[in-house]
Amino acid sequence: MPFDPLLPPVSIAQEDAVAGLGARGAGSLLRDRAFVLALMLLTSIGLIVLGVLLVTTGIDGIPQINLDFITNFPSAFPERAGIQSAIWGTLWLMGVVAVVIVPLGVATALYLEEYADRTKWWNRAIEVNIQNLAAVPSIVYGILGLAYIVRGPLSLGRTVLAGGLTLSLVVLPVVIITAREAIRAVPPSIKEGALALGATHWQAIWRQILPSSIPGIATGVILSLSRAIGETAPLILVGAATFVAFNPTGLDSPFTALPLQIFSWVSQPNSDFQAKAAAAIVVLLFILILLNAVAIWLRSRFQRRW
Amino acid sequence: MKYQWLAAPIAAGVLAFGVTACGSSDNGSTSGTGGGNLSGAVAVDGSSTVFPFAQAAAEGLQGQNPDVKVTVGESGTGGGFEKFCAGETDISNASRPIDAEKEVPTCEKNGVQYAEVLVANDGIAIVTNKDLAIACLSTDQLKALWNSKSTVKDYAELGKQPDGTAVPAGKVSLYGPGTDSGTFDFFTDKINGEKGDTRKDYQPSEDDNILVQGVSGDKTGLGYFGFSYYESNADKLNLVAVDGGSGCVKPSVATIQDGSYKPLSRPLFMYVNTKSLAEKPQVKGFIDYVAANSADIAKIAKIVPLTDAQLQTSKDELAKAEGA
Repeated sequence: MPFDPLLPPVSIAQEDAVAGLGARGAGSLLRDRAFVLALMLLTSIGLIVLGVLLVTTGIDGIPQINLDFITNFPSAFPERAGIQSAIWGTLWLMGVVAVVIVPLGVATALYLEEYADRTKWWNRAIEVNIQNLAAVPSIVYGILGLAYIVRGPLSLGRTVLAGGLTLSLVVLPVVIITAREAIRAVPPSIKEGALALGATHWQAIWRQILPSSIPGIATGVILSLSRAIGETAPLILVGAATFVAFNPTGLDSPFTALPLQIFSWVSQPNSDFQAKAAAAIVVLLFILILLNAVAIWLRSRFQRRW
Repeated sequence: MKYQWLAAPIAAGVLAFGVTACGSSDNGSTSGTGGGNLSGAVAVDGSSTVFPFAQAAAEGLQGQNPDVKVTVGESGTGGGFEKFCAGETDISNASRPIDAEKEVPTCEKNGVQYAEVLVANDGIAIVTNKDLAIACLSTDQLKALWNSKSTVKDYAELGKQPDGTAVPAGKVSLYGPGTDSGTFDFFTDKINGEKGDTRKDYQPSEDDNILVQGVSGDKTGLGYFGFSYYESNADKLNLVAVDGGSGCVKPSVATIQDGSYKPLSRPLFMYVNTKSLAEKPQVKGFIDYVAANSADIAKIAKIVPLTDAQLQTSKDELAKAEGA
């Protein structure tokens, strides 16, 4: 409870009662320690499982990784199979996703934070919908992508653009939510100061709020990208092929991606392909760690405290 | 290439993320070999059983014709026909003939005409854990075990094996493909007498490796899946012979090819869109390559090749479709 000179002094027992605690006895310290121990135990279970998975995958996969593996195309011969087309497919998808989610996500977040009138029902409906959409399983977006992007009104076919747009749908709600949080974290006094000095609402946003919230937005975008490149289910539903021995040549080109290649190799009968899958998993993990490291660096480098 | 103008900014954006250590974007290792002059896209999708075969064929053709871009998907026989009959793919891989009631009308409605080309053979292997020594089961016993009304809880309830020895006791614990699989359709049709009829209390998986792991790790496990998956894991599993009315026959390349492994051997197909065949030389090139090299491709894909007579049927069917 914060100290407030206007309130009468209270005893510790009263404070505890206010905070919903019983009397502090000799046993509560022991219980406290036991609780911490239980938490550590539960945390370690997750970490151990993760560690075992990483180590077994690493043991199978790392010996397979060499320049040939990175530069070869998929093959029916496990010793010749590589992931060049999968890596380029994944990069193309990331490019499409980034180009789509940054403007859409930031614009939506700005609208909701700065312009939307919350007394209007449609603005509240948009807000609730975005929060719900963030929790929708990615496979549902895959069905949506198949019905409306691959076929239906957009009819893009099984192309890089269709795959990228579908993945953008998967991560867009999360980008909007993180961008809103970043915008909200800018102290209102900065905007109010700008407005007081005669800036228009647009100038206050463009010159003050957006530059201040960029680290937060960029972190959200990068984390969303790393989620997007790990997604398999929507791409399978969209119908991306698993054997593609050439790199994408444009947005209308067929593609494969790392998670799809892993999915395909894991289900091959020949156990040599399982090792290739492990190696591809290691590469995918490496890319993910790299992306997350960039996100952490951005946050710590540019974050400002007010 | 109507979106080509977007390619440069996107590629630049991608590179800006610092993940550049992945080689160059040229078409690399497949270029420069062979003297073929075909080019263009060939879209193949369908059965995951035929996938390794189609992949090997695509790789072979692209080795000769670097400008041909074959994509092979594995969305299952049913999923493949769905796309094929919507006109979205050129070739559909199938581990069963096209369904006359459901799939043929869709194809007809969309004006998709096709040729059916036999490309290889496949058999379903019945396997048990090494600790569950079942040598042979009759199709009736398999039906008693697997049909939807089955209440068999212990293998001993199946009585005697066709050779007269008792089926060893053990708690029934079953593994098989999920309902999307062509292997599932084939097994339930041939053994239980109706496609889709199966007992529900078994471990299903679309991934045959998971079935192999399941059966080999379960002391009373019994399962069924494609013969090629058995061959790759023969040391971990006990193979059960099947008595289809004329004695116990174990599945092998020879018994699957000549059809004596009854009733669980089957042909594998590629369905070719005849419009693609006529209008896209690369599609004709692909299927001709398959017909000309089917034995080599089958060897690479670890799948049972065609007999000479079967191959002739395929070539005749193709010649007819190409002439039409």
